[in-house]
Amino acid sequence: MIFDIENETAPREDLEPLQLSRLRNLVERVNANVPFYRRKFEEIGIRPEQVKSLNDLKYLPFTEKQDLRNNYPFGLFAVPKENVVRIHASSGTTGKATVVGYTHRDVRNWASLMARAFMAAGVNRGDVVHNAYGYGLFTGGLGVHYGAEELGATIVPISGGGTRRQVMLLRDFGPTVLCSTPSYSLFLFEAAQEAGISFSELPIRVGIFGAEPWSEEMRQDIQSKLGLIALDIYGLSEIMGPGVAMECAAAQKGLHIFEDHFLPEIIDPITGEQLPPGETGELVLTTLTKEAQPLIRYRTRDITALNYVPCRCGRTHVRMNRVKGRSDDMLIIRGVNVFPSQIEALLLETEGLTPHYQLILDRQGAMDTLEVRVEVDEKLFSDEVRHLQRLEGKIQGNIKEFLGVTAKVKLVEPRSLTRSEGKAKRIIDQRPKA
Amino acid sequence: MKVEQISIFLENRAGRLTDVTRVLSQAKVNIRALSLADTSDFGILRLIVTDHERAKQVLKENGFTVGRTSVVAVEVDDRPGGLHSILELLSNNQINVEYMYAFVQQTGKDAVMIFRFDRTDQAVEILQENKIRIIPGDELYNL
Repeated sequence: MIFDIENETAPREDLEPLQLSRLRNLVERVNANVPFYRRKFEEIGIRPEQVKSLNDLKYLPFTEKQDLRNNYPFGLFAVPKENVVRIHASSGTTGKATVVGYTHRDVRNWASLMARAFMAAGVNRGDVVHNAYGYGLFTGGLGVHYGAEELGATIVPISGGGTRRQVMLLRDFGPTVLCSTPSYSLFLFEAAQEAGISFSELPIRVGIFGAEPWSEEMRQDIQSKLGLIALDIYGLSEIMGPGVAMECAAAQKGLHIFEDHFLPEIIDPITGEQLPPGETGELVLTTLTKEAQPLIRYRTRDITALNYVPCRCGRTHVRMNRVKGRSDDMLIIRGVNVFPSQIEALLLETEGLTPHYQLILDRQGAMDTLEVRVEVDEKLFSDEVRHLQRLEGKIQGNIKEFLGVTAKVKLVEPRSLTRSEGKAKRIIDQRPKA
Repeated sequence: MKVEQISIFLENRAGRLTDVTRVLSQAKVNIRALSLADTSDFGILRLIVTDHERAKQVLKENGFTVGRTSVVAVEVDDRPGGLHSILELLSNNQINVEYMYAFVQQTGKDAVMIFRFDRTDQAVEILQENKIRIIPGDELYNL
Protein backbone atom coordinates (compact mmCIF):
# COMPACT_ATOMS: atom_id res chain seq x y z
CA MET A 1 0.00 0.00 0.00
CA ILE A 2 1.43 3.33 -1.06
CA PHE A 3 -0.28 6.61 -0.18
CA ASP A 4 1.20 8.80 -2.91
CA ILE A 5 2.14 6.40 -5.70
CA GLU A 6 3.18 9.10 -8.14
CA ASN A 7 5.72 10.71 -5.84
CA GLU A 8 6.82 7.75 -3.75
CA THR A 9 7.58 5.53 -6.73
CA ALA A 10 8.86 8.19 -9.13
CA PRO A 11 11.90 6.96 -11.12
CA ARG A 12 15.08 8.66 -9.97
CA GLU A 13 15.43 10.41 -13.35
CA ASP A 14 12.17 12.20 -12.59
CA LEU A 15 12.80 12.63 -8.87
CA GLU A 16 16.17 14.32 -9.18
CA PRO A 17 15.09 17.16 -11.51
CA LEU A 18 12.21 17.83 -9.12
CA GLN A 19 14.65 17.94 -6.20
CA LEU A 20 16.92 20.30 -8.13
CA SER A 21 14.20 22.75 -9.05
CA ARG A 22 12.96 22.76 -5.45
CA LEU A 23 16.51 23.24 -4.15
CA ARG A 24 17.11 26.22 -6.45
CA ASN A 25 13.82 27.75 -5.44
CA LEU A 26 14.70 27.16 -1.76
CA VAL A 27 18.09 28.84 -2.02
CA GLU A 28 16.50 31.86 -3.66
CA ARG A 29 13.80 32.08 -1.04
CA VAL A 30 16.09 31.94 1.96
CA ASN A 31 18.52 34.36 0.32
CA ALA A 32 15.70 36.82 -0.15
CA ASN A 33 13.88 36.32 3.16
CA VAL A 34 16.24 35.07 5.86
CA PRO A 35 19.06 37.47 6.81
CA PHE A 36 20.92 34.62 8.51
CA TYR A 37 21.23 32.71 5.23
CA ARG A 38 21.91 35.84 3.15
CA ARG A 39 24.89 36.60 5.42
CA LYS A 40 26.12 33.02 5.28
CA PHE A 41 25.97 32.96 1.47
CA GLU A 42 27.83 36.27 1.32
CA GLU A 43 30.50 35.02 3.72
CA ILE A 44 31.36 32.06 1.55
CA GLY A 45 30.78 33.98 -1.67
CA ILE A 46 27.97 31.94 -3.17
CA ARG A 47 25.07 33.35 -5.19
CA PRO A 48 21.75 31.45 -5.55
CA GLU A 49 22.06 31.26 -9.34
CA GLN A 50 25.32 29.29 -8.94
CA VAL A 51 23.38 26.26 -7.75
CA LYS A 52 23.01 24.39 -11.04
CA SER A 53 23.01 20.73 -10.06
CA LEU A 54 22.28 18.60 -7.01
CA ASN A 55 26.02 18.12 -6.84
CA ASP A 56 26.38 21.81 -5.97
CA LEU A 57 24.66 21.14 -2.66
CA LYS A 58 28.03 20.47 -1.09
CA TYR A 59 29.05 24.12 -1.61
CA LEU A 60 26.18 25.37 0.52
CA PRO A 61 26.73 26.10 4.23
CA PHE A 62 25.58 23.81 7.00
CA THR A 63 22.92 24.81 9.48
CA GLU A 64 23.48 23.66 13.03
CA LYS A 65 21.27 23.42 16.07
CA GLN A 66 23.22 26.31 17.57
CA ASP A 67 22.12 28.50 14.64
CA LEU A 68 18.51 27.87 15.62
CA ARG A 69 19.31 28.77 19.21
CA ASN A 70 21.16 31.92 18.18
CA ASN A 71 18.11 33.00 16.19
CA TYR A 72 15.64 32.13 18.94
CA PRO A 73 12.74 32.34 18.65
CA PHE A 74 11.65 33.43 15.17
CA GLY A 75 14.85 34.62 13.48
CA LEU A 76 14.90 31.88 10.82
CA PHE A 77 11.33 32.34 9.62
CA ALA A 78 11.18 32.83 5.86
CA VAL A 79 7.59 34.08 5.74
CA PRO A 80 5.77 36.92 7.48
CA LYS A 81 4.73 35.99 11.00
CA GLU A 82 1.01 36.12 10.11
CA ASN A 83 1.51 33.22 7.65
CA VAL A 84 2.75 30.97 10.44
CA VAL A 85 -0.13 28.84 11.68
CA ARG A 86 1.68 26.64 14.15
CA ILE A 87 4.78 26.76 16.30
CA HIS A 88 6.55 23.74 17.76
CA ALA A 89 9.71 23.56 19.81
CA SER A 90 12.14 20.82 20.67
CA SER A 91 12.33 19.63 24.24
CA GLY A 92 15.43 21.70 24.95
CA THR A 93 16.90 18.86 27.00
CA THR A 94 20.41 19.76 25.90
CA GLY A 95 20.09 23.53 25.98
CA LYS A 96 17.73 26.25 24.87
CA ALA A 97 14.68 25.02 22.98
CA THR A 98 14.77 25.23 19.20
CA VAL A 99 11.67 26.71 17.65
CA VAL A 100 10.07 25.71 14.36
CA GLY A 101 7.21 27.45 12.52
CA TYR A 102 4.78 25.97 9.99
CA THR A 103 2.60 27.60 7.38
CA HIS A 104 -0.77 26.17 6.52
CA ARG A 105 0.77 24.35 3.58
CA ASP A 106 3.62 23.02 5.78
CA VAL A 107 1.09 21.51 8.17
CA ARG A 108 -0.79 19.93 5.26
CA ASN A 109 2.39 18.53 3.73
CA TRP A 110 3.36 17.13 7.10
CA ALA A 111 -0.01 15.41 7.47
CA SER A 112 0.30 13.82 4.04
CA LEU A 113 3.86 12.66 4.77
CA MET A 114 2.69 11.07 7.99
CA ALA A 115 -0.15 9.44 6.04
CA ARG A 116 2.52 8.02 3.72
CA ALA A 117 4.34 6.72 6.77
CA PHE A 118 1.22 5.04 8.10
CA MET A 119 0.52 3.38 4.80
CA ALA A 120 4.10 2.17 4.57
CA ALA A 121 3.39 0.45 7.90
CA GLY A 122 0.31 -1.20 6.42
CA VAL A 123 -2.07 1.10 8.27
CA ASN A 124 -5.20 2.36 6.54
CA ARG A 125 -8.77 3.56 7.04
CA GLY A 126 -10.50 1.35 9.57
CA ASP A 127 -7.42 1.14 11.77
CA VAL A 128 -7.53 2.57 15.27
CA VAL A 129 -4.32 4.37 16.26
CA HIS A 130 -3.39 4.61 19.94
CA ASN A 131 -1.13 7.64 19.96
CA ALA A 132 1.03 7.73 23.08
CA TYR A 133 3.43 10.35 21.76
CA GLY A 134 3.23 13.53 23.78
CA TYR A 135 0.97 16.30 22.51
CA GLY A 136 2.12 19.86 22.81
CA LEU A 137 5.24 21.66 21.70
CA PHE A 138 6.85 18.29 20.98
CA THR A 139 6.09 17.36 17.38
CA GLY A 140 5.46 13.64 17.98
CA GLY A 141 1.87 13.75 19.17
CA LEU A 142 0.38 16.22 16.72
CA GLY A 143 2.44 14.93 13.80
CA VAL A 144 1.04 11.44 14.21
CA HIS A 145 -2.41 12.83 14.94
CA TYR A 146 -2.82 14.83 11.74
CA GLY A 147 -1.32 12.03 9.67
CA ALA A 148 -3.81 9.49 10.96
CA GLU A 149 -6.69 11.87 10.28
CA GLU A 150 -5.38 12.62 6.79
CA LEU A 151 -5.37 8.90 6.13
CA GLY A 152 -8.86 8.49 7.53
CA ALA A 153 -7.87 6.19 10.37
CA THR A 154 -9.35 6.55 13.85
CA ILE A 155 -7.03 8.31 16.25
CA VAL A 156 -7.02 7.97 20.04
CA PRO A 157 -5.09 11.06 21.19
CA ILE A 158 -4.10 9.69 24.58
CA SER A 159 -0.70 11.47 24.57
CA GLY A 160 2.03 10.42 27.03
CA GLY A 161 1.64 9.55 30.70
CA GLY A 162 -1.13 8.03 32.78
CA THR A 163 0.06 4.54 32.04
CA ARG A 164 -2.71 2.70 33.90
CA ARG A 165 -5.31 4.61 31.95
CA GLN A 166 -3.45 3.83 28.73
CA VAL A 167 -3.65 0.14 29.53
CA MET A 168 -7.37 0.43 30.22
CA LEU A 169 -7.97 2.10 26.86
CA LEU A 170 -5.79 -0.43 25.04
CA ARG A 171 -8.16 -3.05 26.37
CA ASP A 172 -11.39 -1.11 25.89
CA PHE A 173 -10.85 0.63 22.54
CA GLY A 174 -9.07 -2.24 20.81
CA PRO A 175 -6.56 -0.18 18.83
CA THR A 176 -4.79 -1.92 15.96
CA VAL A 177 -1.80 0.45 15.87
CA LEU A 178 0.42 1.70 18.69
CA CYS A 179 2.53 4.85 18.31
CA SER A 180 5.05 5.53 21.08
CA THR A 181 8.72 5.51 21.88
CA PRO A 182 10.10 1.95 21.80
CA SER A 183 10.98 2.06 25.48
CA TYR A 184 7.48 3.20 26.40
CA SER A 185 5.95 0.27 24.53
CA LEU A 186 7.80 -2.06 26.89
CA PHE A 187 6.67 0.03 29.83
CA LEU A 188 3.08 -0.38 28.64
CA PHE A 189 3.68 -4.10 28.27
CA GLU A 190 4.82 -4.37 31.87
CA ALA A 191 1.91 -2.27 33.09
CA ALA A 192 -0.54 -4.41 31.11
CA GLN A 193 0.94 -7.56 32.61
CA GLU A 194 0.48 -6.12 36.07
CA ALA A 195 -3.14 -5.40 35.25
CA GLY A 196 -3.54 -8.99 34.10
CA ILE A 197 -3.89 -8.05 30.43
CA SER A 198 -2.01 -10.01 27.83
CA PHE A 199 -0.80 -7.97 24.85
CA SER A 200 -1.05 -10.98 22.58
CA GLU A 201 -4.81 -10.98 23.12
CA LEU A 202 -5.16 -7.33 22.07
CA PRO A 203 -5.86 -6.58 18.39
CA ILE A 204 -2.76 -4.35 18.04
CA ARG A 205 -0.78 -5.57 15.04
CA VAL A 206 1.62 -2.72 14.26
CA GLY A 207 3.81 -0.53 16.42
CA ILE A 208 5.29 2.67 15.01
CA PHE A 209 8.20 3.55 17.21
CA GLY A 210 10.54 6.50 17.14
CA ALA A 211 11.96 9.54 18.95
CA GLU A 212 14.87 7.59 20.43
CA PRO A 213 17.55 5.32 19.02
CA TRP A 214 16.85 1.60 19.42
CA SER A 215 18.52 -1.56 18.24
CA GLU A 216 17.46 -4.48 16.08
CA GLU A 217 17.62 -6.69 19.19
CA MET A 218 15.21 -4.34 20.93
CA ARG A 219 12.88 -4.66 17.95
CA GLN A 220 12.94 -8.46 18.25
CA ASP A 221 12.28 -8.18 21.96
CA ILE A 222 9.31 -5.85 21.46
CA GLN A 223 7.88 -7.95 18.65
CA SER A 224 8.00 -11.16 20.63
CA LYS A 225 6.64 -9.64 23.83
CA LEU A 226 3.91 -7.44 22.37
CA GLY A 227 3.01 -9.68 19.45
CA LEU A 228 3.12 -6.98 16.79
CA ILE A 229 5.24 -5.80 13.89
CA ALA A 230 7.54 -3.08 15.21
CA LEU A 231 8.54 -0.42 12.70
CA ASP A 232 10.94 2.46 12.95
CA ILE A 233 9.89 6.02 12.18
CA TYR A 234 12.24 8.96 11.92
CA GLY A 235 11.83 12.66 12.21
CA LEU A 236 13.09 15.68 14.04
CA SER A 237 11.33 18.87 14.96
CA GLU A 238 13.90 21.09 13.24
CA ILE A 239 13.08 19.47 9.91
CA MET A 240 9.38 18.81 10.46
CA GLY A 241 8.61 16.17 13.10
CA PRO A 242 7.80 12.47 12.68
CA GLY A 243 7.38 11.34 9.09
CA VAL A 244 10.66 12.52 7.59
CA ALA A 245 11.43 8.85 6.97
CA MET A 246 9.57 5.62 7.58
CA GLU A 247 10.40 1.96 7.51
CA CYS A 248 8.12 -0.05 5.24
CA ALA A 249 6.46 -3.20 6.55
CA ALA A 250 7.20 -4.91 3.23
CA ALA A 251 10.95 -4.99 3.74
CA GLN A 252 11.38 -3.93 7.39
CA LYS A 253 14.87 -2.97 6.44
CA GLY A 254 15.68 0.72 6.50
CA LEU A 255 13.56 3.85 6.48
CA HIS A 256 12.49 5.55 3.26
CA ILE A 257 13.34 9.24 3.38
CA PHE A 258 10.57 11.13 1.59
CA GLU A 259 13.00 12.54 -0.90
CA ASP A 260 10.64 14.81 -2.80
CA HIS A 261 10.52 16.88 0.43
CA PHE A 262 13.87 16.23 2.07
CA LEU A 263 17.26 16.02 0.42
CA PRO A 264 19.59 13.74 2.38
CA GLU A 265 23.38 13.56 2.52
CA ILE A 266 25.82 11.67 4.71
CA ILE A 267 28.89 13.53 5.91
CA ASP A 268 31.93 12.77 7.98
CA PRO A 269 30.93 14.38 11.30
CA ILE A 270 34.47 15.60 11.88
CA THR A 271 35.56 16.94 8.50
CA GLY A 272 32.10 17.80 7.15
CA GLU A 273 32.96 16.13 3.82
CA GLN A 274 30.23 14.30 1.92
CA LEU A 275 30.60 10.52 2.08
CA PRO A 276 29.76 8.13 -0.76
CA PRO A 277 26.50 6.12 -0.66
CA GLY A 278 26.57 3.25 1.80
CA GLU A 279 29.10 4.78 4.16
CA THR A 280 28.18 5.51 7.75
CA GLY A 281 28.26 9.08 8.94
CA GLU A 282 26.09 11.97 10.03
CA LEU A 283 22.78 12.55 8.28
CA VAL A 284 22.33 16.04 6.85
CA LEU A 285 18.92 17.13 5.59
CA THR A 286 17.75 19.99 3.41
CA THR A 287 14.05 20.82 3.49
CA LEU A 288 12.91 21.17 -0.11
CA THR A 289 9.34 22.33 0.43
CA LYS A 290 9.18 23.88 3.87
CA GLU A 291 7.80 27.42 3.69
CA ALA A 292 7.84 28.86 7.22
CA GLN A 293 11.26 27.72 8.32
CA PRO A 294 13.25 26.02 5.58
CA LEU A 295 16.69 24.75 6.52
CA ILE A 296 19.69 24.19 4.34
CA ARG A 297 21.98 21.25 5.10
CA TYR A 298 20.80 20.80 8.64
CA ARG A 299 23.20 18.67 10.65
CA THR A 300 20.97 16.17 12.41
CA ARG A 301 23.83 14.62 14.46
CA ASP A 302 22.18 11.26 13.78
CA ILE A 303 24.58 8.56 12.65
CA THR A 304 23.33 6.37 9.82
CA ALA A 305 24.03 5.32 6.22
CA LEU A 306 22.00 5.66 3.00
CA ASN A 307 20.98 2.65 0.96
CA TYR A 308 20.04 3.31 -2.71
CA VAL A 309 19.28 -0.35 -3.49
CA PRO A 310 15.69 -0.55 -4.84
CA CYS A 311 13.27 -1.72 -2.17
CA ARG A 312 10.84 -4.55 -2.68
CA CYS A 313 7.96 -2.33 -1.54
CA GLY A 314 8.23 -0.37 -4.79
CA ARG A 315 9.20 2.96 -3.29
CA THR A 316 12.10 4.61 -5.07
CA HIS A 317 13.04 6.83 -2.16
CA VAL A 318 16.40 6.10 -0.60
CA ARG A 319 16.48 4.18 2.67
CA MET A 320 18.42 5.24 5.72
CA ASN A 321 19.63 2.61 8.16
CA ARG A 322 18.34 2.53 11.68
CA VAL A 323 19.98 5.43 13.54
CA LYS A 324 23.00 4.05 15.33
CA GLY A 325 23.28 6.93 17.74
CA ARG A 326 23.97 10.61 17.70
CA SER A 327 27.32 12.06 16.88
CA ASP A 328 26.97 14.09 20.07
CA ASP A 329 25.75 11.04 22.06
CA MET A 330 28.68 8.99 20.93
CA LEU A 331 30.57 8.10 24.05
CA ILE A 332 34.28 8.31 23.89
CA ILE A 333 35.53 6.04 26.63
CA ARG A 334 39.30 5.97 26.93
CA GLY A 335 39.48 6.87 23.29
CA VAL A 336 37.06 4.16 22.13
CA ASN A 337 33.90 5.27 20.35
CA VAL A 338 30.85 3.57 21.80
CA PHE A 339 27.20 4.12 21.03
CA PRO A 340 24.72 3.23 23.77
CA SER A 341 22.78 1.18 21.20
CA GLN A 342 25.75 -1.17 20.86
CA ILE A 343 25.70 -1.89 24.57
CA GLU A 344 21.96 -2.38 24.41
CA ALA A 345 22.39 -4.95 21.65
CA LEU A 346 24.93 -6.90 23.71
CA LEU A 347 22.67 -6.89 26.75
CA LEU A 348 19.71 -8.15 24.78
CA GLU A 349 21.82 -10.95 23.34
CA THR A 350 22.46 -12.16 26.87
CA GLU A 351 19.52 -14.37 27.58
CA GLY A 352 16.95 -13.19 30.03
CA LEU A 353 18.14 -9.64 30.39
CA THR A 354 15.54 -6.93 30.48
CA PRO A 355 16.26 -4.07 28.12
CA HIS A 356 16.32 -1.68 31.05
CA TYR A 357 19.80 -0.43 31.56
CA GLN A 358 21.74 2.70 32.35
CA LEU A 359 25.27 3.75 31.54
CA ILE A 360 27.14 5.73 34.15
CA LEU A 361 30.27 7.47 32.98
CA ASP A 362 32.74 8.89 35.40
CA ARG A 363 36.41 9.65 35.71
CA GLN A 364 38.93 8.38 38.20
CA GLY A 365 42.13 10.32 37.93
CA ALA A 366 42.74 10.54 34.20
CA MET A 367 40.79 7.39 33.41
CA ASP A 368 37.21 7.22 32.20
CA THR A 369 35.08 4.62 33.90
CA LEU A 370 31.92 3.02 32.59
CA GLU A 371 29.39 1.34 34.79
CA VAL A 372 26.57 -0.57 33.17
CA ARG A 373 23.55 -1.02 35.40
CA VAL A 374 21.23 -3.81 34.40
CA GLU A 375 17.97 -4.82 36.01
CA VAL A 376 17.67 -8.43 37.17
CA ASP A 377 14.35 -10.08 36.62
CA GLU A 378 12.99 -13.34 37.93
CA LYS A 379 14.13 -15.46 35.02
CA LEU A 380 17.65 -14.38 35.69
CA PHE A 381 17.69 -14.44 39.44
CA SER A 382 19.43 -17.20 41.31
CA ASP A 383 19.73 -17.78 45.03
CA GLU A 384 23.43 -18.39 44.54
CA VAL A 385 25.84 -15.50 44.47
CA ARG A 386 28.23 -17.13 42.03
CA HIS A 387 25.53 -17.50 39.35
CA LEU A 388 24.82 -13.79 39.45
CA GLN A 389 28.50 -12.98 39.49
CA ARG A 390 29.01 -15.24 36.50
CA LEU A 391 26.30 -13.29 34.69
CA GLU A 392 28.03 -10.00 35.51
CA GLY A 393 31.25 -11.47 34.24
CA LYS A 394 29.63 -12.64 31.02
CA ILE A 395 28.21 -9.20 30.24
CA GLN A 396 31.50 -7.59 31.12
CA GLY A 397 33.32 -10.04 28.89
CA ASN A 398 31.01 -9.37 25.95
CA ILE A 399 31.44 -5.61 26.26
CA LYS A 400 35.19 -6.00 26.42
CA GLU A 401 35.30 -8.42 23.51
CA PHE A 402 32.95 -6.64 21.13
CA LEU A 403 33.48 -2.98 22.05
CA GLY A 404 36.96 -3.05 23.49
CA VAL A 405 35.89 -1.22 26.63
CA THR A 406 36.27 -2.38 30.20
CA ALA A 407 33.03 -1.82 32.03
CA LYS A 408 31.89 -2.53 35.52
CA VAL A 409 28.59 -4.37 35.40
CA LYS A 410 26.20 -3.88 38.26
CA LEU A 411 23.00 -5.83 38.67
CA VAL A 412 20.19 -3.80 40.14
CA GLU A 413 16.66 -4.50 41.27
CA PRO A 414 13.85 -4.51 38.73
CA ARG A 415 12.12 -1.17 38.31
CA SER A 416 14.97 0.57 40.09
CA LEU A 417 16.07 2.40 36.96
CA THR A 418 13.86 5.35 36.22
CA ARG A 419 11.25 4.72 33.57
CA SER A 420 10.61 7.60 31.29
CA GLU A 421 7.32 8.08 29.55
CA GLY A 422 9.10 9.93 26.79
CA LYS A 423 12.69 9.41 25.77
CA ALA A 424 14.62 6.95 27.90
CA LYS A 425 17.46 8.44 29.91
CA ARG A 426 20.15 5.89 29.36
CA ILE A 427 23.30 7.84 29.98
CA ILE A 428 24.50 9.59 33.08
CA ASP A 429 27.77 11.32 32.36
CA GLN A 430 29.41 12.43 35.56
CA ARG A 431 32.76 13.17 33.99
CA PRO A 432 34.04 16.66 34.66
CA LYS A 433 33.63 18.83 31.58
CA ALA A 434 36.89 19.83 29.97
CA MET B 1 11.08 -34.00 53.01
CA LYS B 2 12.17 -30.73 51.51
CA VAL B 3 11.69 -27.25 52.82
CA GLU B 4 10.69 -24.29 50.66
CA GLN B 5 13.00 -21.35 50.95
CA ILE B 6 12.43 -18.00 49.30
CA SER B 7 15.29 -15.81 48.16
CA ILE B 8 15.22 -12.11 47.44
CA PHE B 9 17.55 -10.01 45.31
CA LEU B 10 18.67 -6.89 47.17
CA GLU B 11 20.76 -3.99 46.09
CA ASN B 12 23.28 -2.92 48.69
CA ARG B 13 21.69 0.28 49.80
CA ALA B 14 20.36 1.55 53.06
CA GLY B 15 16.86 0.54 53.95
CA ARG B 16 16.37 -2.31 51.50
CA LEU B 17 16.42 -4.99 54.19
CA THR B 18 13.99 -2.95 56.25
CA ASP B 19 11.68 -2.80 53.23
CA VAL B 20 11.56 -6.60 53.19
CA THR B 21 10.89 -6.96 56.89
CA ARG B 22 8.22 -4.26 56.71
CA VAL B 23 6.37 -6.04 53.91
CA LEU B 24 6.55 -9.37 55.74
CA SER B 25 5.51 -7.82 59.01
CA GLN B 26 2.47 -6.17 57.45
CA ALA B 27 1.53 -9.49 55.85
CA LYS B 28 1.88 -11.17 59.24
CA VAL B 29 4.46 -13.60 57.93
CA ASN B 30 6.95 -14.81 60.52
CA ILE B 31 10.59 -15.40 59.65
CA ARG B 32 11.81 -18.78 60.89
CA ALA B 33 15.38 -18.63 59.61
CA LEU B 34 17.46 -16.39 57.41
CA SER B 35 20.81 -15.99 55.79
CA LEU B 36 22.21 -13.11 53.81
CA ALA B 37 24.87 -13.64 51.16
CA ASP B 38 26.38 -10.44 49.96
CA THR B 39 28.85 -8.97 47.52
CA SER B 40 29.89 -5.34 47.28
CA ASP B 41 26.96 -4.58 44.96
CA PHE B 42 24.12 -6.85 45.84
CA GLY B 43 22.89 -9.34 48.37
CA ILE B 44 20.71 -12.41 48.30
CA LEU B 45 18.47 -12.77 51.29
CA ARG B 46 17.32 -16.35 51.91
CA LEU B 47 14.36 -16.89 54.17
CA ILE B 48 12.36 -19.68 55.64
CA VAL B 49 9.02 -18.32 56.70
CA THR B 50 5.75 -19.53 58.13
CA ASP B 51 3.91 -19.01 54.82
CA HIS B 52 6.18 -18.90 51.77
CA GLU B 53 3.33 -18.55 49.23
CA ARG B 54 2.03 -15.45 50.93
CA ALA B 55 5.53 -14.06 51.50
CA LYS B 56 6.41 -14.50 47.84
CA GLN B 57 3.20 -12.87 46.72
CA VAL B 58 3.48 -9.77 48.92
CA LEU B 59 7.16 -9.30 48.16
CA LYS B 60 6.50 -9.50 44.42
CA GLU B 61 3.65 -7.04 44.77
CA ASN B 62 6.16 -4.69 46.33
CA GLY B 63 8.52 -4.96 43.39
CA PHE B 64 11.07 -7.44 44.72
CA THR B 65 12.61 -10.17 42.62
CA VAL B 66 11.81 -13.37 44.49
CA GLY B 67 13.01 -16.87 43.81
CA ARG B 68 12.07 -20.19 45.38
CA THR B 69 14.39 -23.08 46.16
CA SER B 70 14.02 -26.44 47.85
CA VAL B 71 16.42 -26.87 50.72
CA VAL B 72 16.87 -29.56 53.35
CA ALA B 73 16.63 -29.02 57.11
CA VAL B 74 18.72 -31.45 59.09
CA GLU B 75 18.74 -31.99 62.82
CA VAL B 76 22.29 -31.93 64.11
CA ASP B 77 23.37 -33.30 67.46
CA ASP B 78 24.46 -30.43 69.66
CA ARG B 79 27.87 -31.91 70.53
CA PRO B 80 31.42 -31.62 69.18
CA GLY B 81 31.60 -33.41 65.83
CA GLY B 82 27.82 -33.34 65.28
CA LEU B 83 28.00 -31.31 62.09
CA HIS B 84 31.27 -32.89 61.01
CA SER B 85 29.82 -36.40 60.88
CA ILE B 86 27.00 -35.22 58.59
CA LEU B 87 29.28 -33.30 56.26
CA GLU B 88 31.68 -36.21 56.08
CA LEU B 89 28.87 -38.53 55.12
CA LEU B 90 27.78 -36.23 52.32
CA SER B 91 31.29 -35.61 51.12
CA ASN B 92 31.95 -39.36 50.95
CA ASN B 93 28.99 -39.56 48.60
CA GLN B 94 30.19 -36.70 46.40
CA ILE B 95 27.36 -34.40 47.42
CA ASN B 96 28.35 -30.79 47.27
CA VAL B 97 26.97 -28.19 49.66
CA GLU B 98 26.14 -25.02 47.76
CA TYR B 99 25.51 -23.14 50.97
CA MET B 100 24.23 -23.71 54.47
CA TYR B 101 23.07 -21.82 57.48
CA ALA B 102 21.89 -22.57 60.99
CA PHE B 103 18.46 -22.51 62.44
CA VAL B 104 17.97 -22.11 66.17
CA GLN B 105 15.31 -24.18 67.84
CA GLN B 106 13.52 -22.89 70.86
CA THR B 107 13.99 -26.14 72.74
CA GLY B 108 17.74 -25.68 72.47
CA LYS B 109 18.34 -29.41 72.44
CA ASP B 110 19.47 -29.85 68.86
CA ALA B 111 20.68 -27.49 66.22
CA VAL B 112 19.08 -27.40 62.79
CA MET B 113 21.14 -26.80 59.66
CA ILE B 114 19.58 -25.66 56.42
CA PHE B 115 21.41 -27.10 53.42
CA ARG B 116 21.29 -26.32 49.74
CA PHE B 117 22.81 -29.31 47.91
CA ASP B 118 23.78 -29.63 44.30
CA ARG B 119 21.88 -32.99 44.22
CA THR B 120 19.06 -32.55 46.67
CA ASP B 121 17.23 -35.84 46.11
CA GLN B 122 20.32 -38.00 46.50
CA ALA B 123 21.32 -36.06 49.60
CA VAL B 124 17.94 -36.70 51.20
CA GLU B 125 18.24 -40.40 50.39
CA ILE B 126 21.67 -40.72 51.95
CA LEU B 127 20.66 -38.83 55.08
CA GLN B 128 17.61 -41.02 55.51
CA GLU B 129 19.58 -44.22 55.00
CA ASN B 130 21.88 -43.09 57.77
CA LYS B 131 19.04 -42.32 60.14
CA ILE B 132 19.75 -38.63 60.25
CA ARG B 133 16.59 -36.77 61.03
CA ILE B 134 15.31 -34.47 58.35
CA ILE B 135 12.74 -31.96 59.46
CA PRO B 136 9.84 -31.71 57.01
CA GLY B 137 8.63 -28.31 55.85
CA ASP B 138 5.30 -28.34 57.64
CA GLU B 139 6.98 -29.08 60.92
CA LEU B 140 9.66 -26.46 60.43
CA TYR B 141 7.32 -23.62 59.44
CA ASN B 142 5.31 -24.21 62.62
CA LEU B 143 7.96 -25.10 65.14
